[in-house]
Amino acid sequence: MAKITFITSDGKATTVEGTSGTVMELAVQNKIKGIDGDCGGVCSCATCHVHVNPEQWGITGEPDELESDMLEFDDNVSEYSRLSCQLKVSDALDGLELTVAN
Amino acid sequence: MKKVYVTFLQEINKAIMEKSKFTDPFKQAREGKGYGEMNDQNDPVTMILGHKDVRKCAHNWKTFQSGGEEVGRIVVPSEVHIRETRQIPFEVDPPEHKDYRDLLNPWFKRPLESDYQAKLTDIINQVVNEALEKGSLEVVEEFSLKLQSRALTLLLNIPFEESERWISWGTHVFRSEDTALDADKANILYDYIDREIDKAIANPGDDLYSVLLASEVNGKKMTKEEVKGVLVLTFAGGRDTVINAVTNSIAYFADHPESLQRLRDEPEIMNTAIEELIRYFSPLTQMGRVATEDTQVCEHAIKAQSRISMCWASANRDERVFENANEVILDRKVNPHVAFGFGTHNCLGATHARQIMKILLSTLTEKVGSMKILEAKENIEDLDEFKRKVGFDSLHVTFNKL
Repeated sequence: MAKITFITSDGKATTVEGTSGTVMELAVQNKIKGIDGDCGGVCSCATCHVHVNPEQWGITGEPDELESDMLEFDDNVSEYSRLSCQLKVSDALDGLELTVAN
Repeated sequence: MKKVYVTFLQEINKAIMEKSKFTDPFKQAREGKGYGEMNDQNDPVTMILGHKDVRKCAHNWKTFQSGGEEVGRIVVPSEVHIRETRQIPFEVDPPEHKDYRDLLNPWFKRPLESDYQAKLTDIINQVVNEALEKGSLEVVEEFSLKLQSRALTLLLNIPFEESERWISWGTHVFRSEDTALDADKANILYDYIDREIDKAIANPGDDLYSVLLASEVNGKKMTKEEVKGVLVLTFAGGRDTVINAVTNSIAYFADHPESLQRLRDEPEIMNTAIEELIRYFSPLTQMGRVATEDTQVCEHAIKAQSRISMCWASANRDERVFENANEVILDRKVNPHVAFGFGTHNCLGATHARQIMKILLSTLTEKVGSMKILEAKENIEDLDEFKRKVGFDSLHVTFNKL
């Protein structure tokens, strides 16, 4: 079980709980604004872009090469950007705070 | 020795027989110089071929613009001579682009609603049932065009019956058999949209025409010409592309009954299967831009006011990104394809298209046991340096019930 907090563009923080799947799926299930997951999680659409709380960068780790290539030309990219479809929900992510990029 | 030879012949035979194979004509150029050159109606296009270069150019809307003065020029082949209406938001650049897109996004996300999906399921059930009852039919006209036209009534939120008219136009609204682009044929669509806009003004409803006519963008009420621009884009962008995606999928599952069976057994791979088929088919080969300044791509000089194109079809076969790029791998997990474009102007109709694919594939697994291709006439695009198969002019298929 992991509690994950999403901060959306309107400044609102929403904490949701998940046990399996990806962080993108968890966000879509909970209708988190700005996370669409159009491509269903194959790393093609970049509509699940989040900024990881810098202090928690060690929890998620860095994107792999393909993911960081996709992020390279995305809007609002930062050094703590991830595509949430590439983050698997697990106990390790408990307490994670993500700011939705779009 | 003899046995090896026979096996070899069988392999060749299989390759020739496999109608659903879409080869990659760009490989050599992509891996060599990285670009291709196409002379389109004396307005040459530098075709960008690599995945990264394509994304980079799509991202850089300041240097590679969509909203230049010459309407229709970013389409390849160019529509400068057959169209005066600016397609919106397609031929508008940021910052004006954003307000149009923000207005349209929620409308074009309606395919995610369960009511929309139920209606789309009815439409697709009907065409699949018809095919099974007939036994065999020509897929492009009698299956894909019908499906695409009827589904479009949902996207526009207008009565189902209107699709009969669009079906009667045939597959080519902008093209006739002998010429690439045909102004008279294009005018049928433009005049039709004018009439429908006037009807919506006289009698507003909850269709896309009326909703747009009542909308404000960038602080101004949308004009008739702007509404027309959105509708022309919706009709044009979603016609050949959807028809090809549907027809090519039928060809693929006819050639690969084991894949249809696999989707039946493992419905959980549906999403990756859809994205993979869209990558493999890349129903839109390329999209152009006009350079606003002297620049370069792949160490090749691009002059201000000249055209480039981002070749989605080539980028989607880039081996640096996609392992075994020429194979359909239904459970390909990481698939950063650009079949719906990339960046600011990515496909507005993608949600609709994905739902069509999803419901089509589910319906096929539920109802169809096997399909057999009887006859196929390939549709090969002539891109000067490259010849690319994008779909079929006709595809005769037998449908067998499960």
